[in-house]
Amino acid sequence: MYKYDSFDQQMVDTRVEEFRDQVERRLAGKITEDQFKPLRLKNGLYLQLHAYMLRVAVPYGTLNSEQMRMLAHIARKYDRGYGHFTTRQNIQYNWIKLEDAPDILADLATVEMHAIQTSGNCIRNISSDQYAGAAADEVADPRPYAELLRQWSSFHPEFNYLPRKFKFAVIAADEDRAAMRLHDIGIQIVRNDAGEIGARYYAGGGMGRTPMIAPLIREFVPIGELVSYAEAILRVYNRYGRRDNKYKARIKILVHEMGAEKFIEEVEAEFVHLQGQNIDAPAAELERIIAHFEEPAFESGLSEDIDRTDPDFAVWLDQNVDAHKRPGYAIATISLKPAGGIPGDASSAQMDLMADLAEQFSFDECRVTHSQNIVLPHVRKADLYALWQKLDEAGLASPNLDLISDIIACPGLDYCSLANARSIPVAQKIAKRFADIDRQKELGELKLKISGCINACGHHHAGHIGILGVDRKGTENYQLLLGGSGAEDVSLAKITGPGFDEDGIVDAIETVTDVYVAQREDDERFVDTYRRLGMAPFKEALYG
Amino acid sequence: MDNVLRFRDDEVHEEPAVTLDSFFGQSNATAVRLEDGEDARQLIPYLDRLALIEIGFSNFGDGRGYSAARILREHGYTGELRAQGDVLVDQLAFMQRCGFDSFAPEKPIDAADAQTALSRWDNVYQKAADDRTPIWSKRHG
Repeated sequence: MYKYDSFDQQMVDTRVEEFRDQVERRLAGKITEDQFKPLRLKNGLYLQLHAYMLRVAVPYGTLNSEQMRMLAHIARKYDRGYGHFTTRQNIQYNWIKLEDAPDILADLATVEMHAIQTSGNCIRNISSDQYAGAAADEVADPRPYAELLRQWSSFHPEFNYLPRKFKFAVIAADEDRAAMRLHDIGIQIVRNDAGEIGARYYAGGGMGRTPMIAPLIREFVPIGELVSYAEAILRVYNRYGRRDNKYKARIKILVHEMGAEKFIEEVEAEFVHLQGQNIDAPAAELERIIAHFEEPAFESGLSEDIDRTDPDFAVWLDQNVDAHKRPGYAIATISLKPAGGIPGDASSAQMDLMADLAEQFSFDECRVTHSQNIVLPHVRKADLYALWQKLDEAGLASPNLDLISDIIACPGLDYCSLANARSIPVAQKIAKRFADIDRQKELGELKLKISGCINACGHHHAGHIGILGVDRKGTENYQLLLGGSGAEDVSLAKITGPGFDEDGIVDAIETVTDVYVAQREDDERFVDTYRRLGMAPFKEALYG
Repeated sequence: MDNVLRFRDDEVHEEPAVTLDSFFGQSNATAVRLEDGEDARQLIPYLDRLALIEIGFSNFGDGRGYSAARILREHGYTGELRAQGDVLVDQLAFMQRCGFDSFAPEKPIDAADAQTALSRWDNVYQKAADDRTPIWSKRHG
């Protein structure tokens, strides 16, 4: 994985100094909270309901064991002994003191980590495929391209005061594990007919209160112009994106209001101009970065056999382990969704353990997924049982990847000052209702996503089943949506009808899954049955 | 002019800037002011005769002026480029990278604080409108 050189280290260290200075000026009353807010936000520091929340960047979701141990240390020393992995593949701490924040950033800098641009109206941490470098279906490892963009976007002088936040996802496979087209810019690294690597650009996707799927902006940008094309899009957005209403300020609204065709025209004109400005790094720089992501020293001649004698292990194996591009290896997902737990939360002890396991079994690497789980990307099949035993002892072996209890949920009203309703207790109740793993497996792949307000941090628009918490005359009310997807079959979920109270929404989910079980054909997933039948039978069962 | 932080060696341009509208109405103005969101590209045919372009920031969070500044520099403007309005010390370094070489903040900025902010970053990751060498270029000679 990427290793900082002295330049990268110096940039992060300078940022720590700068932020220390900004915090001191704030604590001394030299700058107002209004002036401090955009500065702290660019370091991922939010004022939440109870305390400051600090969001730490995990670029393209990749961590080594030393970094994971540092995340555990920060949770232990500065927070309450746990952290929350997010849908941006980052980690958040919910109980931070302002005066500690500079020390936390200094600690992070010692392991090549930071909180740069994890919030604010700027280019955010770039997300990617959690199976990068391990999946058989990728044309290249997408992370070097994400790293090139990370460096370009860090402290970008022109794009730090955009109309609104800006999110990139970079993938390199047809199977989309990163909700790529629901990003402000989605990039798929592809190979053209001549065998050259390039970037397929999508722009103007997003969730939030106005969900949109990003249209294709350009089929193929030569890889040497990856950055200048991004710069062209960002400049068009910075100049023309709406600033009169923060709810209409994302690039999706600009693309929608301008029309994709006109938007493309503007971008192409800007691109032609920028091609003369020497913005792109030379090929040698991309090669330098690619060299950092060279494959680990995979062994050959490994056994493909896995002893399935232990039935509990076999259940986990079938659900949480995916195919690896190399014989004898597998990709293992550690579920952070135990029944009754908080989706995405991990204690310091669990983080330390995951670090140990990454070191021992996965070439010192782990990944955060946008579904708030942790992946060990390169595990020998022969080691899977030993790995599972250690996970099981620590309560980390829930065999529920992509099942109904593998829920994405935002922090909701328990933490967030924007929320209208609680998300976590609803996720917990659903997980308990469907606790029987055989029943979950019977329901098959079912992506359930919960947001506690229309900002959609819990990705409810992209759920096969989505839940949106709203405030209805002072009471929490939950609306049900069906048919969304953040994968390569991307679609936006539709609302079923009137909402439900907290227990009613759990019953409603049982109702729609009953309809699915009764009506499915062959090996249809829930979302396939919904797409075939439409809303009517579900609505009938719900409101009849 | 008391509050102007200026990073140019040439003589201060005394002619006050006119609005974009009135600039097009007269043939000999040499100083013009762009408000947030006014299209800097309209000035491209006139850059040779301009000695001062002032870009207004009505609110520090409105970043359109950064793009306007870079566009002007990328099209060869070499005169004074001034950021005026809600300009804060923590924005100076970004503004300078986008081509601004003078600053007229509504609330005065201490000159020493400005110097600290402008000299903080030894290196930069990307090419912009200043003459700084990006890290990628230093890495590869």
